[in-house]
Amino acid sequence: MIDEMQEPRNLVSIEDLGRDGILEVLRESETFVEVASRRMPKVPALRGKTVATVFFEKSTRTRLSFEMAAKRLSADTLTVDISASSMSKGESLRDTLETIDALGVDAIVMRHHSSGAAVQAARWVKACVINAGDGQHEHPTQALLDAFTLREAIRSARGTDVEDLDGCRVAIVGDIRHSRVARSNVLALSALGARVTLVGPSELLPVSVEGWPIEAATEELDAVLASTDACYVLRIQHERMADAGLSDLREYRRSFGLTVERARGLAPGAWIMHPGPLNRGVEIDSQVADGPNSLIRAQVRNGVPVRMAVLFRLLGRSRDIEEVIGDGRG
Amino acid sequence: MIEDAREPARPYRRPFVAHSVVMNPEDLRRALVRIAHEIVERNHGTESLVIVGLQTGGAPFARRLAELLHEISGNAIPFGLLDVTLYRDDIGTRPVVAHSPSEIPIDLTGRVVVIVDDVLFTGRTVRAALDALADHGRARAVQLAVIVDRGHRELPIRPDYIGKNLPTRLDETVEVSEEGVVIGVFEDAQRSAPVGSHEGGAR
Amino acid sequence: MAVAEPRAIVIKGATLVEDGTERRADVHTVGGSIVEVSRELEVPSGAQILDASDCYLMPAFVDLHTHLREPGGERAETVTTGSRAAALGGYRCVVAMPNTVPAIDSVAMVEFLRSLCGDALCDVEISAAITVGRLGESLVPFRELAASGVRIFTDDGRGVQDDALMAEALAIARELGVVVAQHCEDESHARGGHMHEGRWSSLLGIPGQPSSTEEVMVARDLRLVRELDASMHFLHLSTEGAIELVRRAKAEGLRITAEATPHHLSLTHAEVATYDARFKVNPPLRTERDVLAVRDGIGDHTIDAIATDHAPHSPETKDEPFDCAPPGMIGLETAFSVAYGELVARDNLRVAGDLASRPLTIADLVRLFVTHPARIARVSGPSTQLIGAGNAADLVVFDPSERWTVHLEDTASRSQNTPYANLNLTGRVRHTLYRGEPVVIDATAQR
Repeated sequence: MIDEMQEPRNLVSIEDLGRDGILEVLRESETFVEVASRRMPKVPALRGKTVATVFFEKSTRTRLSFEMAAKRLSADTLTVDISASSMSKGESLRDTLETIDALGVDAIVMRHHSSGAAVQAARWVKACVINAGDGQHEHPTQALLDAFTLREAIRSARGTDVEDLDGCRVAIVGDIRHSRVARSNVLALSALGARVTLVGPSELLPVSVEGWPIEAATEELDAVLASTDACYVLRIQHERMADAGLSDLREYRRSFGLTVERARGLAPGAWIMHPGPLNRGVEIDSQVADGPNSLIRAQVRNGVPVRMAVLFRLLGRSRDIEEVIGDGRG
Repeated sequence: MIEDAREPARPYRRPFVAHSVVMNPEDLRRALVRIAHEIVERNHGTESLVIVGLQTGGAPFARRLAELLHEISGNAIPFGLLDVTLYRDDIGTRPVVAHSPSEIPIDLTGRVVVIVDDVLFTGRTVRAALDALADHGRARAVQLAVIVDRGHRELPIRPDYIGKNLPTRLDETVEVSEEGVVIGVFEDAQRSAPVGSHEGGAR
Repeated sequence: MAVAEPRAIVIKGATLVEDGTERRADVHTVGGSIVEVSRELEVPSGAQILDASDCYLMPAFVDLHTHLREPGGERAETVTTGSRAAALGGYRCVVAMPNTVPAIDSVAMVEFLRSLCGDALCDVEISAAITVGRLGESLVPFRELAASGVRIFTDDGRGVQDDALMAEALAIARELGVVVAQHCEDESHARGGHMHEGRWSSLLGIPGQPSSTEEVMVARDLRLVRELDASMHFLHLSTEGAIELVRRAKAEGLRITAEATPHHLSLTHAEVATYDARFKVNPPLRTERDVLAVRDGIGDHTIDAIATDHAPHSPETKDEPFDCAPPGMIGLETAFSVAYGELVARDNLRVAGDLASRPLTIADLVRLFVTHPARIARVSGPSTQLIGAGNAADLVVFDPSERWTVHLEDTASRSQNTPYANLNLTGRVRHTLYRGEPVVIDATAQR
């Protein structure tokens, strides 16, 4: 019998969703945008569920966004700050996660410094695993909220409810090689029909782009800007300058920063995106980041409803009941 | 069975075999006109009235009722849609897809809200709707209009306006659309009886 | 204890494979020696019969590259468990790598390890480090160690980074007639990468190490060998470029030998896609091109030997994120089956592509698993490489038709980090005789 209620158990990679799954999350996100706009922006949907945010790497923004999303769905939240807990004292990742799992949490929202840690976690625990960033691998909810934000912008610009990002030209600029945000966005945006170009110093582009669903990878930012509908600027880290063969961030800014001057080369109406936190004056100038075409605020705002949609999608069914209703037709 | 997830009306629709047509479009129209008049009569007019259809089965009837009330009273009646998915008491027992956002145009505080749904069955949808409404303000009163009341209530909920009382068996199902009201059974009902709540695909 | 009669065994119905030949024969052993080899041998009373019909009978194997982990790593492996795994794989001798804790870098450590090997199920040839503590800073006492019987020196797990120090080591080794075996990994190129740098490292976001990591050091060592007229053994070659460098150097006449592992001839970096640290190994699994180059190198004798690089790691250390887990795979129990399946039978191929070339024969495998490694390690003369009366009864019976599945819970090794878990292999070691003792019967270790 085909189990029509076979629901995804985890969100580790954008590939777990595929195009249809991404579109579903975006559609459900609209419901939660409406919820967020209410005077009483909280619904009882996940009452009795527990969401643990387990962060092995510091990140206030992402954690706040997930916890806000969980609370607005009436789920209980557990905040596990590994760097401040006894779990950092020599316990293995697996033991730590299995301990949290054994408490009976329904979802583990996890950030870890190792690529693939969330993939492994999903093999180890019964709870749903939501990847909030694993090393240089993926950060799928960031890509979903970016896709949602971009679609919203296209809809409002064209005055029509486009379903996907068909034909939208997106340039992702910066340290692609070490960026989980870039990996997830390449997968998500291209699955929705966007045409993605990667731009950065060659040492910060992927060693190989074989198998990447992109148009091109190039070092020529200025050549790309004029034919770009959205310029997605990544955060650049000081530590990467040596890898990139650049002397310092000043030199990076000169070649790859979205400065006021360089932004003039953008196609009219081109949107500016950035996953935050911003290095103002380094990879992007304040006037550009705060300008009329910037979607950066909208990205932050959409983080909560998109993460609500992800949590509701994964936790809307409990694992116990799944076993009770074998035929999937409650 | 999300064959086309873009059609939100019945995302988990099961094969349905019609047995008998109990209301035709003309019956439906008459019932709605009658309900509209009852609403005006009960509330001494249409002031502070708000019509709220439940997503998604109640939506077309709510819209029609608002139009009729406008015709009768000459006043435009605020009209909204309410998605109760996130307030259901059976989340986790059946697939849930929340992609028909609520659209409540005004604060409901102090208003008289008439909830409109197609079929009243166990009452659980209406219970969820009462919770959902509360998040949009404190209504002065809430009334309930349904096209069909098929009985089998599991909660102390009673409609104020009824298109048709329709005694049914538990294994039957009632399909309501603008084309009329049909009683039938699910094609697979013999093979797998519904588990748990009777509401859901079966209404 | 009563003096036992020397054990008598008859291996019936086998096809004998020596270096280059195949023939049908039965073999009779008494004690540690072969007493008779003939086509239809009458079974003497009291002799134990080992059925070998439809099987190959070969001289037992020699592994140039085994990590027994003792001392210091007993959680992962011991001499007993490692030699049991070796016996199950058909080996009668393994070269124990010196990267233990502490490292085997003094005569005292060699003597200590030797004292642990008395009850092993195969011979353990002890190798010593090239540099003290394998730190790459100063040479170990080569002369003392050579005098105590050490014939192989290696810092395996690391390459000797310092050019001058490596030159010194090669010069001393030439003078003493011992082997220097290099793990070719230039650390400035590796940059701490955890897998092969390329398509999959990019997709997975795992820092990689490029092929140049290996090739730069191979090139340097070849230059030193040429300049010093030294000799040298290259451990686990894994890249197309490194193999080509060795091929040319051999054509030029340099006295060098090279080995490759079963995993580098059968698996690619695509395996890492699951982030399962069982597929983390050093040198890393590389591209399909590299796998095919390893096979070509084996085919044209650029690669002299297949060596396991059996590197046990306990489950808890492998159950970590990919970048935190140690590199290494176990291989003793599966090596011959993998090589047979990939190179001779050519089924269950994970990497196809070179099927136009000549498949190897079982006799080629004997060269790769016995003759060459024994010569490289200088472990013994022809008495254990030929199956004839008077020679040592170190024998292996291999059933080429058995298909079996590798189960993690069945490993004799104390560790389970095999990349072949749940995969089907073709051909299996059925019996192993070590000094005339049937240490493995019907793929089951006898002690």
